[in-house]
Amino acid sequence: MNITELEEMARKCRVEICKMVHRAQAGHPGGSLSEIDILCALYGSRLRVQPDNPDWEDRDRFILSKGHASPGMYAVLAEMGFISHADLETYRVKGGVCQGHVDMKWCPGVDFSAGSLGMGLSYGMGCAIAAKLDGSSRNAYVMVGDGEIQEGSIWEAAMAAAHHELGNLKLFLDCNRIQNDDFCETQMRMFDIPAKWNSFGWAVKVIDGHNMSEIVSAIEWMDSITDKPAVVIANTVKGKGVSYMEDNPAFHGAAPSDEQLAIALSELGVNA
Amino acid sequence: MSRMAATRDGYGDALLALAGNPKVVVLEADLGKSTKSLHFRKAHPERTVSCGIGEQNMLLVGAGLASSGYIPFASTFAIFTERAFEQMRNGVARPNLAVHLCGSHGGTHTGTDGSSAQSIEDLAIYRTLPNVVVMHPCDDVSTKALTMQLPELGSPSYMRTARNKTPVLYDGRESEIKIGKGIVVKEGTDVAIIACGVLVHEAMVAAESLESQGVSTTVVDMHTLKPLDTELIDKLAKSCGAIVTAEDHSIIGGLGGAVAEHLITTNPIPMERIGVKDRFGESAGSDEMLEMMELKSQHISDAAKKAIARKV
Repeated sequence: MNITELEEMARKCRVEICKMVHRAQAGHPGGSLSEIDILCALYGSRLRVQPDNPDWEDRDRFILSKGHASPGMYAVLAEMGFISHADLETYRVKGGVCQGHVDMKWCPGVDFSAGSLGMGLSYGMGCAIAAKLDGSSRNAYVMVGDGEIQEGSIWEAAMAAAHHELGNLKLFLDCNRIQNDDFCETQMRMFDIPAKWNSFGWAVKVIDGHNMSEIVSAIEWMDSITDKPAVVIANTVKGKGVSYMEDNPAFHGAAPSDEQLAIALSELGVNA
Repeated sequence: MSRMAATRDGYGDALLALAGNPKVVVLEADLGKSTKSLHFRKAHPERTVSCGIGEQNMLLVGAGLASSGYIPFASTFAIFTERAFEQMRNGVARPNLAVHLCGSHGGTHTGTDGSSAQSIEDLAIYRTLPNVVVMHPCDDVSTKALTMQLPELGSPSYMRTARNKTPVLYDGRESEIKIGKGIVVKEGTDVAIIACGVLVHEAMVAAESLESQGVSTTVVDMHTLKPLDTELIDKLAKSCGAIVTAEDHSIIGGLGGAVAEHLITTNPIPMERIGVKDRFGESAGSDEMLEMMELKSQHISDAAKKAIARKV
């Protein structure tokens, strides 16, 4: 897909995210909207996967470690054809493939059962080691949130991945600056995040996580790094694309009302 | 005098014996010398992953490998596995990824390292996790035999091994040892002692003493706590009418808990439990610890008499 097509895919996914969370009257729109441009760029321009054969052994892996931002993942999986758009209506519904947090046992195309923060990078490391043992060129891509790196286990994984020189492990850090209770700055200051990753032995690049061209270039940059793990630190806006959700801690984990949904859809270019 | 050996050595031997399977990988958290995965590491460094002193990461690296078709064996001290409990719960058990976790140095028998190192709750906590098989073998032969069966299991497991040596029971009897099947090591009709790990030997000594006093005693090595061999337990309840459980583990939630949970639904006969009575240990020799915690053969035989006396 070219940049314009990726941007259109992201717009459609944003619409689905708002609809899903509204329908369920629960879920996490803010982090889904902040991550969605990166997810669309990755799936639409790079990831080696087969939607009609989701368990293909030699596929690239994508691990959404911030598993609460599942609406974003489900919207992308529907756009890619792993699941149907009708499946999106099962978000948080009994028996549905779209469980509250992404779950590999429930949803085709989901590579990791997340929901507890700080776990996906370690899992991605295991996938990356397996790829090396297999002599495969497949990569493991992981996405974590910025609040998530407050979990100590993230740094166990960061240190171990660099030690093992896992050039096939790629990390996106969705820096939307807001966590569950409040702004990260209030909850736990993280100081110089790029310097931290750099000091752990990772290749580091900082980008605007909503500029599609920058994201696509950053993915190409990541793939050019083969001797160490690489992290793209993406500055994003929580709730991006919906005015009243943007940069608003209240929409980390809250659903829009009927009126709010109408506003969101209108802002996202959906004709009433 | 029977041969003496530590169960952790059986684990190390098994890993090496499994190395012919190219899918077997070993994960370490800086305690390979102690858990005995070092033999595999020396022979196959390319399939051994050092996770440093980072147990949480190790468990999930294992999960990632398992999801990619590998058979990971991760080990550390039993007590340190517990700090990765949620990783085991959410990242391993929930998606049912066959990561095989071994916690060595379990129980108060660990001895002089003191209470921080003496895990007395591992069996209880892992037993609560769906999909996870929980084992605590009593000698190196059975530890090796059970470990050798894990690649075929297809679900995650936790095995506790012990630091210190105990008498070997199963030399030449490897074929009798199957995951999920308790072993009747001695048959009697008045009481059945169901033990695991280092207390199997104490149960055998207790049985000898009971027999000398005219009490016909069964001893079972219940090396697998989950899935529990309930068929055998029901049979023993009928044939003996009284049961004693014995484990170097908290009296809460381990083998005694598992057996009681089952019997209460089928045949609630008199039952006594030998285990650590809701307290922490301290630094002392292995045998001194068993004595201090009231886990020795005489405690087991006293409990047997008590259970028999409660028969209606």
